Amino acid sequence: MLAIFFYIFATISVLSALSVVLFRNPVYSALGLVTTFFAIAAQYILLNAQFVAAVQVMVYAGAIMVLFLFVIMLLNLNVNNEPSRPALLQGISVATSGGMLFLVLLAAARSAGSLSPARAADNSIGLIQTLGQTLFNQYLMPFEVSSLLFLSAMVGAVMLGKKEYK
Amino acid sequence: MLLLQTVQALPSPLHNGELSIDAYIYLSAILFCIGLLGVLLRRNVIVLFMCIELMLNAVNLLLVALSNYHSDPAGQVFVFFVMLVAAAEATIGLSIVVMLYRNIPNTDVDIWNRLRN
Amino acid sequence: MSILFYLAYKLVLVLVIFAITLGVAAYSTLAERKFAGFFQDRLGPDRAGPYGILQPLADGVKFFFKEDFTPANADKTLFVMGPALAMLIALITSAVIPWGPSLEIAGYQLPFQVTDLNIGVLYISGAVSIGVYGIMVGGWASNNKFALLGAIRASSQMISYEIAMGIALIAIVLLAGSLSLHDIVAQQSGLNWNIWKQPLGFIIFITCAFAECNRTPFDLPECEQELVGGYHTEYSSMKLGLFLFSEYVNMFVSSALMSALYFGGYNFPGLDYSTMAPNVAALVGFGVFFAKILFFIFFFMWIRWTIPRFRYDQLMHLGWSILMPLAILNMLLTALGVLYLGK
Repeated sequence: MLAIFFYIFATISVLSALSVVLFRNPVYSALGLVTTFFAIAAQYILLNAQFVAAVQVMVYAGAIMVLFLFVIMLLNLNVNNEPSRPALLQGISVATSGGMLFLVLLAAARSAGSLSPARAADNSIGLIQTLGQTLFNQYLMPFEVSSLLFLSAMVGAVMLGKKEYK
Repeated sequence: MLLLQTVQALPSPLHNGELSIDAYIYLSAILFCIGLLGVLLRRNVIVLFMCIELMLNAVNLLLVALSNYHSDPAGQVFVFFVMLVAAAEATIGLSIVVMLYRNIPNTDVDIWNRLRN
Repeated sequence: MSILFYLAYKLVLVLVIFAITLGVAAYSTLAERKFAGFFQDRLGPDRAGPYGILQPLADGVKFFFKEDFTPANADKTLFVMGPALAMLIALITSAVIPWGPSLEIAGYQLPFQVTDLNIGVLYISGAVSIGVYGIMVGGWASNNKFALLGAIRASSQMISYEIAMGIALIAIVLLAGSLSLHDIVAQQSGLNWNIWKQPLGFIIFITCAFAECNRTPFDLPECEQELVGGYHTEYSSMKLGLFLFSEYVNMFVSSALMSALYFGGYNFPGLDYSTMAPNVAALVGFGVFFAKILFFIFFFMWIRWTIPRFRYDQLMHLGWSILMPLAILNMLLTALGVLYLGK
């Protein structure tokens, strides 16, 4: 029964991801991306990764995409003034991404079923306790470094956003 | 007296035998290539950014699926870090876009290549 | 059998909570005007029924029969989606609130809560952070400069206050050691409420709740004097009704959250639910919880008719330079307290 949910959300995510690329209007693209993020969050819940799902909704849908929409509205991009790429370039980009997809799918299909789980199934790995233990023991250093990254991003954003910046 | 509770942790579709990990690999590859298509096809810099976020999400999905498959929390911790970097990247990227837009009121990446000089 | 029974119970619970939320929101509109009348020394609505108690009904009928006007240059799809999203997101937050001690039906002990997520607090912050979409989508789709300005104001205001709110919630999580709202409320039995340990956190939380609900003194997204009607300038009929209604639903839900997180939820000194019959306990608990919620709704209205609106730069200054450092300080003090004094 869970597989049905997987297919439903997979269809939603692929269709809305296509809408991100195909809509000319950036606001529609942004809303399509929000839908994709929600569908992916649903996949996380199916995979028993509740914490990642909640963070996905909070960070991607709640912060990053709001920021994107905010900038689109601030710059008032609702007029559709995006010129298309020349037909040749369009063809090349479709061929590149399609070819890459084909290659990856082929490779995945050739090695299908060759992967086996490294450990016995454990449903509690998505819980906050488990993730917290891992994050603050094994990955403490990257965590601290990422806080520095955030600080620099914050300072950078404030400096770039200043009006009198020359 | 019986306590009815929702089953907090149903086994995921990977563990109850309904799906193989390949389904997630295919889905994530499709999403990644849609993102790639967007980056190559579109010229609006904000949409380009969004397509990059889409590609990051495709990778995240695969990481979480494999983390569940191998019952290893490290994959989900990586996803957490990817989200961190994505948030920082979106902040800086969008503030650069806003600043450039003040000088060149256009969001076409092909016009912005005059930054080169 | 038992799983079907369980699902049916959850469905009934969802419907009951939905009905209660809408009922409270409808009567909040009347109470708001009655209190406004009281604070301004006038009567308030008193024509529809005795003391005006049929006023919400009359308003609803009026909204339904008004012309539903869509501006010619508006984006039709998103114009409809805006109010729908605002209402949806306002309603989903109530799913994790524990309304009372467990019920007992047909020998089963059933939690009086739609779902006890083990990430309850994160669910709340997630729902709060996507709360801005309805307003943004609606304001943008109207294709009107006042609506757009209102939407931009609303989104920057909500992003700013969400951060301080999240940090205030972290302090609660530190105290409780759990993200489940059921656990957080169950730990505050008797008078062991979180407000005694978190007075600063509560002040931050309630300020942010006002800002997230777009209530005065933070109603800049819709301030009449500057922006006509803000993000809902172009809306009419029931679409406008949904926007206004979602504000009251938000108010109800955030009152419930404040009571659950800081004021012990359904706990009250002198009431020991373990000695009562389960269903009596659930009803009494629900009554206590509801009384707390009504008090906070009154508090929302009290503030609205007492404090004037902020200026926009004051709002941003308050959010970023006062509330956020205070919230971080509060979190650090709580962490130190939990570390050295125990819970």
